[in-house]
Amino acid sequence: MREPNGEVRPHYRPFADWLARTPPARVVQKKDEAERAFHRVGITFAVYGADEGTERLIPFDIVPRIIPLSEWTMLERGLKQRVAALNAFLADIYGPGRILEAGVVPRDRVLGNSQYRAEMAGTTVRNGIYAHVAGIDLVRADDGLWCVLEDNLRVPSGVSYMLENRKMMMRLFPELFATQSIHPVQHYPDMLLENLRAVAPAGEDAPTVAVLTPGPYNSAYFEHSFLAQQMGVELVEGQDLFVRDDTVFMRTTRGPQRVHVLYRRVDDDFIDPMAFRPDSRLGVRGLFAAYRAGRVTLANAIGTGVADDKSIYPWVPDMIRYYLGEDPILANVPTWRLADAAEREHVLAHLPELVVKEVHGAGGYGMLIGPMSTRAEQEEFRARILARPDNYIAQPTLALSTCPTLVDAGIAPRHIDLRPYVLTGKTSEVVPGGLTRVALPEGSLVVNSSQGGGTKDTWVVSD
Amino acid sequence: MLSRAASELYWTARHIERAENTARLLDVTWRTSLLPYDVQEVEAHRAEPWAVPLVTTGTATAFYATHEVLSARAVLEFLVFDPYNPSSIMSCLKAARESARTVRGAISSEMYEDLNAAWLEMRDRDAASLDQSAVQALLEWVKMRSHTFRGVTFGTMLRGEEYDFIRLGTHIERADYTARILDTKYHILLPSAADVGGVVDYYQWASLLQSVSGLEAYRKIYSDVITPRRVAEMLVLRDDMPRSLHSCMNMIDSTLGDLIDTRHDELLRLTGELHAHLHFGRTEDIISLGLHEYLMDFLERISHLADEIDRRFFVPTR
Repeated sequence: MREPNGEVRPHYRPFADWLARTPPARVVQKKDEAERAFHRVGITFAVYGADEGTERLIPFDIVPRIIPLSEWTMLERGLKQRVAALNAFLADIYGPGRILEAGVVPRDRVLGNSQYRAEMAGTTVRNGIYAHVAGIDLVRADDGLWCVLEDNLRVPSGVSYMLENRKMMMRLFPELFATQSIHPVQHYPDMLLENLRAVAPAGEDAPTVAVLTPGPYNSAYFEHSFLAQQMGVELVEGQDLFVRDDTVFMRTTRGPQRVHVLYRRVDDDFIDPMAFRPDSRLGVRGLFAAYRAGRVTLANAIGTGVADDKSIYPWVPDMIRYYLGEDPILANVPTWRLADAAEREHVLAHLPELVVKEVHGAGGYGMLIGPMSTRAEQEEFRARILARPDNYIAQPTLALSTCPTLVDAGIAPRHIDLRPYVLTGKTSEVVPGGLTRVALPEGSLVVNSSQGGGTKDTWVVSD
Repeated sequence: MLSRAASELYWTARHIERAENTARLLDVTWRTSLLPYDVQEVEAHRAEPWAVPLVTTGTATAFYATHEVLSARAVLEFLVFDPYNPSSIMSCLKAARESARTVRGAISSEMYEDLNAAWLEMRDRDAASLDQSAVQALLEWVKMRSHTFRGVTFGTMLRGEEYDFIRLGTHIERADYTARILDTKYHILLPSAADVGGVVDYYQWASLLQSVSGLEAYRKIYSDVITPRRVAEMLVLRDDMPRSLHSCMNMIDSTLGDLIDTRHDELLRLTGELHAHLHFGRTEDIISLGLHEYLMDFLERISHLADEIDRRFFVPTR
């Protein structure tokens, strides 16, 4: 929010003014008001490992994260560029394999990756698009430079919080919306539907789209039902669908109805017990065959996980240069590959300073944050790295930017990141903003909701 | 619409209606129990009033499996709070909210918020804090929650199949309840005992009418003393009384007509037949057959109808 010299950055001024003239009790009251409303609306998520069926609120912070339009314009170009390259990469590795032939990305890294789906080789997908919905995690370092922390190309979640947070902020601070130009995000569901319709099997004038969910016990169930409702399409579970003659149908009160596009929030492994995990009870028998036959579109495509894997991440800038002939607009965080002997040696010697991540890990699990770790944890990770070096990467501990956040002690700085959502279908689009996640414990760098993270509304304001 | 979603909506409506009916039943029982003992029941049928709600809801066996003594408090706890009793108000509000949660996309957000708020508030209440003065307020609250849900449904929901399945659930459940509550008093209406009158009957019938919001309506329609014959006519045959069997069948019949396009349909035939039975029925015939026999026959038919609805719309078919 502030410049290094302590002055409030211009785009934060209206909010900082509000904060300065509002008594602390009134600020806390706003927060309570928000929490009550979220509970009533039922915006909750389920936590794994806790009591079955428990629901919690993701903590919501009333202080917005604000990005000036000029900075956002650069981010938007960088995001579209990156996702275009990732889509080209997926079409290539499941098709001709030029990038592997050229030696730009090592062949064994891709084909030997557990997220690579050999079943997809030679399957053509509609318009060559694999990652229809991409959530790209960005961080802004203390020096003001933005970089990509992680790509999420499987079933990225959180967009419902982006939308609900905005609704809440407009309710809490109408005067701030009235006096400055905060770019809207509420058209996201329309944009999503339009992009999903655009990738329906060829020759369908009025394609039927549905959202496929694992069911009410999934942690993101609220979001699945929210998006289905906002798009005005059916929310289906595996048990609601069946496949006949390579065609997918929903079971309805008026008999079978054909489905053309599934926005699926079920992982690859569980989508079809005939093709993948045979014990899956969430999937649909025969779905993958219908998909390969081009009779139904799955968004995202099967097998996108290989492109967002942390072991592939270091090569994304090379993909951008290779496919687009452009320089990457958004930088990667420097990353050491622990499969490489020299890099591994460096990392093991500097464990207390670095962050070590499992390559297939997600949700903030399976991580070592050097500066916050104990000696014993470092030794445990050292042993794990030596046992399976190719399973880990390491990155410097970033000086993540902070944003003022309302905590028990008042307003205090907390570390944040940003996940914008990039849609690809008819065109490539990003709504201005995204989900800002905030690490609530003092000094923490982990923003994941499963690890005590909260969320903020993200404002892109004209400067 | 999806068969599974249709089923969840139907059961959401049934559970809310059931919670309301249980509250009505307990409310009338509570009022009866406050009357002096000699006007509670006619001599031959004198019974502890707190046994009635157990019999009406078909939960007496389940109650005695876990309770030894019948008391007002035990019955209230069992029918209002007991999470292990699937017909308790607590269980009904929970089930309604859970069903709605799985089909949030099929209902308006106001409807879900309403059910969610009802459940959150109910969850935070507990039996221990229920003192005598709070009983009626609690039962009023449950009824009011059901009214709110119906109102928000009426006021915000798109008129389509989703709405039809909610209407269907509400009226199947309501018809079932009205028949059951009426049956608890059938013995007063045995052919030999027609039109006895007297202070005992007055309170009996007045409390029954109250439990279906029918006392004021009765006065308006008949402007006369309460006679069992008229009560039966009103709750079975009159179609302007929203909780009567005829009224429920009107709704069920027209809703199924909206849902089913084909003319020759077994489900339409079944509902049409039962509807005609009420539409063209006469009070004299009910009395001469015996109210109990009449109601038993109705309950059997409505349960058969519910089974057919289930088979037709909800059971996944290929």
